[in-house]
Amino acid sequence: MNQTDVESWLKSAEKAFAAATDLDSLKTARLAHLGDKAPISLASRSLGSLPAEEKASAGKIIGEGKAAISAALQKATDKLEAERDAKVLLDEVVDITLPVKRSHRGGLHPISIIKNEISDFFIEQGYAVEEGPELESGWLNFDALNIPADHPARTMQDTFYIEPVESGMVLRTQTSPVQIRSMLEHEPPIYMICPGRTFRADELDATHSPVFHQVEGLVVDKGITMAHLKGTLDNFAQAMFGPDVTTRLRPSFFPFTEPSAEVDIYFNGRWIEWGGCGMVNPKVLATCGIDTDVYSGFAFGMGLERTLMVRHNITDMHDIVEGDLRFTRQFGVGL
Amino acid sequence: MRAPLSWLKEFVEIPKSISSEQISDALIRVGFEVEEIIQEGAGLSGPLKFGKVLSIEEITEFKKPIRYVGLDCGEKEVRYVICGATNFKVGDIIVAALPGAILPGDFQIAARETYGKTSNGMICSARELGIGEDHSGIMVFSDGDVEIGSDAISGLEINDVIFDIAVNPDRGYALSIRGIAREVAGALDLVFTDPVDTLRDLQFTDTGKGVTAKIADKETASVFYLRTLSDFDPGAKVPIWMRRRIEKIGMRSISLVVDVTNYVMLELGQPLHAFDKSKISGGLTIKRAGSAQKFITLDGIERNLDPDDLMVCDDKQPLALAGTMGGQFSEITDSTTEIALEAVRFDPVCVARNSRRHKLSSEASRRLERSVDPCLAEFASARFVQLLTAHSSAKHVATVVDGEPRYVPVIKLDPTYIPKILGFEIPWSDIARNLRIIGCDVDENSFEVDPPSWRSDLLTPSDLAEEVARMIGYENIPSILPPRPKHASLTPTQKRRRAISNMLASRGLAEVQTFPFTNQDVIDQMGFVGDRAATYRIANPMSEENPLMRVHLVPGLIEVAARNISRGAKDFAIFEMGSIFRSSQKLIPAVSPVITKRPDAKTIQAIYQSVPPQAFHVAGLLVGKSENEDWQGKARVYTWQDAIAFAEEILDLCNLEYSVKRSDFAPWHPGRCAELIVDGKAVAHAGEVHPRILAKYGLPERSAAFAVGLSALPDSDLVKPTRVGTMPAAVQDVALIVDSNVSAQDVEAALRAGAGELLESISLFDRYDKLGDGKISLAFTLAFRAPDRTLTGAEVSEMRNAAVSSAEKATGAVLRTS
Repeated sequence: MNQTDVESWLKSAEKAFAAATDLDSLKTARLAHLGDKAPISLASRSLGSLPAEEKASAGKIIGEGKAAISAALQKATDKLEAERDAKVLLDEVVDITLPVKRSHRGGLHPISIIKNEISDFFIEQGYAVEEGPELESGWLNFDALNIPADHPARTMQDTFYIEPVESGMVLRTQTSPVQIRSMLEHEPPIYMICPGRTFRADELDATHSPVFHQVEGLVVDKGITMAHLKGTLDNFAQAMFGPDVTTRLRPSFFPFTEPSAEVDIYFNGRWIEWGGCGMVNPKVLATCGIDTDVYSGFAFGMGLERTLMVRHNITDMHDIVEGDLRFTRQFGVGL
Repeated sequence: MRAPLSWLKEFVEIPKSISSEQISDALIRVGFEVEEIIQEGAGLSGPLKFGKVLSIEEITEFKKPIRYVGLDCGEKEVRYVICGATNFKVGDIIVAALPGAILPGDFQIAARETYGKTSNGMICSARELGIGEDHSGIMVFSDGDVEIGSDAISGLEINDVIFDIAVNPDRGYALSIRGIAREVAGALDLVFTDPVDTLRDLQFTDTGKGVTAKIADKETASVFYLRTLSDFDPGAKVPIWMRRRIEKIGMRSISLVVDVTNYVMLELGQPLHAFDKSKISGGLTIKRAGSAQKFITLDGIERNLDPDDLMVCDDKQPLALAGTMGGQFSEITDSTTEIALEAVRFDPVCVARNSRRHKLSSEASRRLERSVDPCLAEFASARFVQLLTAHSSAKHVATVVDGEPRYVPVIKLDPTYIPKILGFEIPWSDIARNLRIIGCDVDENSFEVDPPSWRSDLLTPSDLAEEVARMIGYENIPSILPPRPKHASLTPTQKRRRAISNMLASRGLAEVQTFPFTNQDVIDQMGFVGDRAATYRIANPMSEENPLMRVHLVPGLIEVAARNISRGAKDFAIFEMGSIFRSSQKLIPAVSPVITKRPDAKTIQAIYQSVPPQAFHVAGLLVGKSENEDWQGKARVYTWQDAIAFAEEILDLCNLEYSVKRSDFAPWHPGRCAELIVDGKAVAHAGEVHPRILAKYGLPERSAAFAVGLSALPDSDLVKPTRVGTMPAAVQDVALIVDSNVSAQDVEAALRAGAGELLESISLFDRYDKLGDGKISLAFTLAFRAPDRTLTGAEVSEMRNAAVSSAEKATGAVLRTS
């Protein structure tokens, strides 16, 4: 046995392994070239009979030969196994375009979505999001807002009163009582918004609902001006309607602000009335015990339904209030 | 308020170069919303002639009356036209569109054969001419009103622009041409001539004794002018120009006396009322009705007077509901020859109350409750005398006055206040100039500002700030963000609500928002009783159908589900978050402190406490199958388990510990309702909806619901986690046989109690109810883990046995040996 023998064994093993077409025929080839009866195994076993001076060199040659044959086997095995796996996986192919989703599509009501969006916008500006009861004291809903007893808004046509009427309890007609609560409870600086559900005795039609939502904002701090109101509204309008929207303030009247304004937006090629705003009437600040020599403030309010309808081109209020799943599901969770 | 451009031009010099759009924009800029610019006469072209009716031939063989009318239109020959209207007679003057004319809507007039005749034109109604809504008949004039054969387009001043303007409630002065004209002039920097200026020098001599005038209580009215006129010829005609102006503003021409009162009101803003003097006994007094009594107003409606109603009375009886509407008894008729003309500056609140009590909003009350210029009682009544005597035989007899005008006080203005509140520099001279434009007298040394007589709304420096801003233009206010306050975030409660909503939405539930109204039938159908059925009633609900505030969210969800089913939906899940309104607290009489200062702490507390608590809930309704059935196989039906699982997941999301107990609670199935308890308080219910309710509303059987009282949940504690053990866990299974009425939760609790501190988790992996004898088998997996060592077999067995014997003791369980 010599180096040449080992090399020829390796060659014939490599040839046999390469000829194997599957893992079974490779097994036969393995037994022939690495099994007990294989020439290299026989040579290995005969090492013991060699004279001591030859043993070391022959052992080395045989060991290297065995390792080379094993490596060749491994290579062939890897190749055939990969081929087998590929074939099996190919057999397991499926039509991944089949409709697989069976769960119901949920979603948030679009009013919740826009409320969350507005809350996030103002929180980012450092405003707190405050809430108050829907069944509210008439004093907080009207008197404290400088809406006198004979103001048209207090008549039965507009406001839902709760029995007994002497309790003065109303379904709040605006979220403004939350502003009053905020000013009664906290010292300025106050930066807050109050989104929430409001009520007015209007028949449900394409653009009105007796139950609707508002978001109002209030800032009371030192040196607050109407320019700050305008800046805030510009910023807010862009967050709601995109960077191209233009706002316009028009002089108006509200008992709780002076000066007062309507805020319009120029959106989709026309001016649309968006909400009301103004500088908090010093009378209202005084009712809440805020020193008008030190502090001034602004307030604004918009309808959420209106904002939603304008932005998403919703033409009928019924879709918003009826709870038809086909409407709500289109909004997902507002992402 | 409608304002025709032709009338405005009488008081403002408007150059031709200024378009009606520019006028509209200017009005909008100073706070007057122009709702519509009406182009009268647009789309109308002649020939349009006044014609006299010479003959009428009634044609009767058709379904509707048809007339063949002979007209004198100032032409050589009689012109014949067919007409479908019947409100005219021979001798009347009408407006005829001749062939070649085009009426609004591109309606071309030509000679044509119709109803077997040749019609050479058309007799027109106001609507056909585009100058009014009246289509009840054609426009009729009398001989002498107009010239026969003359051009009707100019004769009727048809070509005009009318601005329809929304006037804010603080600007009563602008409910007049005088007021609007002043605003147009101010906004466009044009010359304004106050019509009142020409009336100041008007003098009438007293020729006899007039009706006396008295204000009983000076709080109800400041000044009362009463002018008596005689020798009026009831046949006097309304001049066409006056009639047309009244019509352009949207009112109807009635008679000369009534038209002049309306004309003056529209021109100046002061409502006037004319009485038939012959019906007045003694003098007129403004006073309260004093007692409940009947009173018939001009519109023929008999009203029950409130003792507080402010009336204009003679010595015998009330004659007019002050500032609101006259009475039928003393109204001007076609035989009236003597007139008493009333002009009063009533207290706005008195008129507002009159109007509200009788649900009667008139042109007069709308103006008076918004405040009328106190000087106008004198000048408007003078204008009435001027116009009536000029257009009829009427003569002034006497003028009687009681009281005197009261004006708003002078305002001491700190001129630095205005730039401080508006947010930009404004020279003092500009402040003064702008205040003068709106009619204030300004002393530039002391900055004492005396508001004009018509601006009783100007009381404070902030009112003046608005006027200055308005005149400078809101568009000139800069846009600046306020200083940024310190950080803010949602409150834990708000974060919780959002997390729950998002969880439910992502788990296939669609959020709905229902009206929080209900009725007694629904409350009864749901089976609510006692405190859970008691709620607040709306005094003036939208309809008697739902006069109560809701006591629970599930009924609203059931109604929405029924609506969706009626529209074809089958399998779905919905939820709602919102307040419920059980009347846990009796309402107390309103606490209404004065608003001139902050109420004391006790009063504020009383106001807060007068508002009843309103619990905030989330509820869900699971209808039909829990997923859509498709090629992948059958879908599972929503069951009571899903509802309870949602309720539990909500509590898990809030990181709260809870226990579950069987409950018999409306509106759930009495045997399939779970109550979830946190800190000993029931906070949630879930399970199958009562079959009776499902049947009633047509919902699928087994539909399930959950409701969680979010406002009843305690705050979540700050999480302080235990260390995670890395030693191996030992897992043991035990199967226990118990009576079928023993709850799995009790068995689990007993196992947990007995297993000791090294029990890491426990879960029910099998429930077998086919054992018979009223027995069931419950199989649990227990996992044990020690923080510091691998547990030995002996240790684990010991803990398992302890757990089992605890369960045996507590629940009568028997270990199941295969």
